[in-house]
Amino acid sequence: MKARLISTVVTVLAVSATAACGGGGASTSSSSGASKTLTYWASNQGSSLQADQAVLGPELAKFQKQTGVKVNLQVIGWPDLLNKILGATTSGQGPDVLNIGNTWAASLQATGAFVPFDTKALTAIGGQDKFVPASFATGGVVGKPVTSVPLYGLVYGLYYNKKMFADAGLQPPTTWQELQAAAAKLTIPAKNQYGMVLEGGSYTESVHFAFIFGQQNGGQPFDASGKPTFTSPGMVSGVKQYVDLVGKDKVVNPSNVQYKNGPEAPGDFAKGKAAMLMSQNNADNTLQADGMKSTDYGVVAIPTPSPLPAGGKDVASFVAGINLSIFKNTKNQAAALQFVKFMTSPEEQTILDKPFTALPVVKGGTVNFTDNKAEADAFAAVLATKAVPLPLVPAESEFETNVGNAVNGLLAEAATGKNVTTTEVKAALQAAQDKMAAAG
Amino acid sequence: MTTTNPTRAAVVAAPSRRRRPPWKGATPYLLVLPAVVLELLIHIIPMLVGIWMSFIQLTQFFIANWSQAPFVGLDNYKIALNFSSSIGQALFHSFTVSILYTLIVVGLAWLFGMSAAAVLQSGFRGRGGLRTLFLVPYSLPIYAGVITWSFMLQRDNGLVNHVLVNNLHILGSSPFWLIGNNAFFSMAIVALWRSWPFAFLMIMAGMQSIPDEVYQAAAVDGASVWQQLRHITLGMLRPVNVVLILMLFLWTFNDFNTPFVLFGATPPPSADLISIHIYDNSFINWNFGLGAAMSVLLLLFLLVVTGLYLLITNRRSRRA
Repeated sequence: MKARLISTVVTVLAVSATAACGGGGASTSSSSGASKTLTYWASNQGSSLQADQAVLGPELAKFQKQTGVKVNLQVIGWPDLLNKILGATTSGQGPDVLNIGNTWAASLQATGAFVPFDTKALTAIGGQDKFVPASFATGGVVGKPVTSVPLYGLVYGLYYNKKMFADAGLQPPTTWQELQAAAAKLTIPAKNQYGMVLEGGSYTESVHFAFIFGQQNGGQPFDASGKPTFTSPGMVSGVKQYVDLVGKDKVVNPSNVQYKNGPEAPGDFAKGKAAMLMSQNNADNTLQADGMKSTDYGVVAIPTPSPLPAGGKDVASFVAGINLSIFKNTKNQAAALQFVKFMTSPEEQTILDKPFTALPVVKGGTVNFTDNKAEADAFAAVLATKAVPLPLVPAESEFETNVGNAVNGLLAEAATGKNVTTTEVKAALQAAQDKMAAAG
Repeated sequence: MTTTNPTRAAVVAAPSRRRRPPWKGATPYLLVLPAVVLELLIHIIPMLVGIWMSFIQLTQFFIANWSQAPFVGLDNYKIALNFSSSIGQALFHSFTVSILYTLIVVGLAWLFGMSAAAVLQSGFRGRGGLRTLFLVPYSLPIYAGVITWSFMLQRDNGLVNHVLVNNLHILGSSPFWLIGNNAFFSMAIVALWRSWPFAFLMIMAGMQSIPDEVYQAAAVDGASVWQQLRHITLGMLRPVNVVLILMLFLWTFNDFNTPFVLFGATPPPSADLISIHIYDNSFINWNFGLGAAMSVLLLLFLLVVTGLYLLITNRRSRRA
């Protein structure tokens, strides 16, 4: 009797607990379903989450007016974005539409959590042809329908302080050797002034430069079959070229190896503590927030060694940027496609590129985030002729973390006075590669 | 006569009332039921899921659909424990770093807590103020405390280098505190700063339960302060210390917050504690199966150590 009563109570409680969970789930899906509401996770593109909300708010209201679909906006900071996406992927409880860093495109595609943009879906958003081909290529692996389409375009450029260069009688560098010489001339540690500033504690920055300088030296991080080749001579030379800025060339304040937050390196550049900065074009936001005018700095493509090493390419950037994806579990795919079409329309691109300092990803767009025409032309030219996508392989995200952290480690060694040789670079890259092999 | 009737009736009725609903027997079960259900939901079920995850190849290809992930048996464990490979070596390195870190932090936290509690045991002016002051690190939110340390430990603008290099001229050039081997000591100092007040609090509470008469009797018998500390204080604090050291050990060995807030998701190798190492393998490398296998190994290690510790300490106390 007693036992039966207890078991009944346990069952009732257990069922009610399950029902409570089920109820929560049901209400979430209904909110994004019947009532024509989309949830949109936007990445943080402006100076703060609030600033982004202020920029996107009126545009989403416009979309609601046009289509009757309400969009619930959540702006998510970069440190949390990937973890939140992985969480949503694992649980199946996510937004309808979301921004992703375009370098994650192939890795996230492999999870199968996103809607593939097949011919029908592409037609619904206005067709593949409306996008800049280089930007569209970042959407996923070659040979499969992409699972993301470009939204904001970014590329690297070399920012230089016009006044510091003029005072030293220097011209903006056109070769890596000229860059080294200019940086050396502008490095005066006693005045706390350095030729170059780096974000040396950020693994993403480190892996970007490992890739760019690897390309310049004829290296590829992956072979044709998708196997990692981090220790190829070109990759090793590329990483060494970057680490030497801190080690051998000594043109970087060693403290830079602790910089891992976006505004730190542009901040040093804006304050005249460094004469050059290699950054994506959205650094403009920070530079101007720190008091620089767009006429105070110039931008040129990051130069290559001269002559170009064997197999090397004239690459100054990878095709960076933000892509848009639709979550597979969306209850409202038609509305989600409408929203993607809206966000990637030439009109919205023109409106959003300005506050988010982005390059247009649709054809016919003009660079409008800066009033400095030379800067706009320089960035547009890099995207058009000197940018290649990062490897479009599922293991890309592991490449980023393992190689990025290896390079950070080498930078830290160089900053603490160790002589980082080719052998050490190769050993660090070998360790990164071993982790890929065993984990994959 | 008539007045006795109801009483008798009540007495007669009492046994039958006791028999009526079996609530009395069920009450204890009902009282623990919410705790059991929550314990199941929050601890036991996720733990079992974690153990299951360690046997499947839960990589980026399968996180959207777990049931598709291939069963790989002990493969994840083999990868984690293959000490001739990069992953195994890194795990072993992380394990040794965690052991060293735990020994230093727990040892010193206990020593500091013990010393402070012993000093503050005798009444003097300002004792209350000092007690409060000592508890500040423990009462601060972890994030706020550790992020402040990370500002202080910056090379160029940090307070530590400002004092050591610019003011006191103890060091010639500014060292890095958050990269290279110094990162380990920085992390240990921050953890010590955070955990010793807890040791202090526990030991202080334990000391207050030691009767003064014991000390007085010892003093009459001619025991010195050191002898009193050794034989009375330490002896009577034994049960407190056994629990305290175990708790400090578990917290410190599993510490995630200190390295994560000081260094971010990927700490320098010298400060690569086991929890954050597992986090990296799961979330940074997107290999949740391998991360889960490492977590299970960590759980087993901690269970064995805790079991042995309790066995040894219990046996000793029984003998005593």
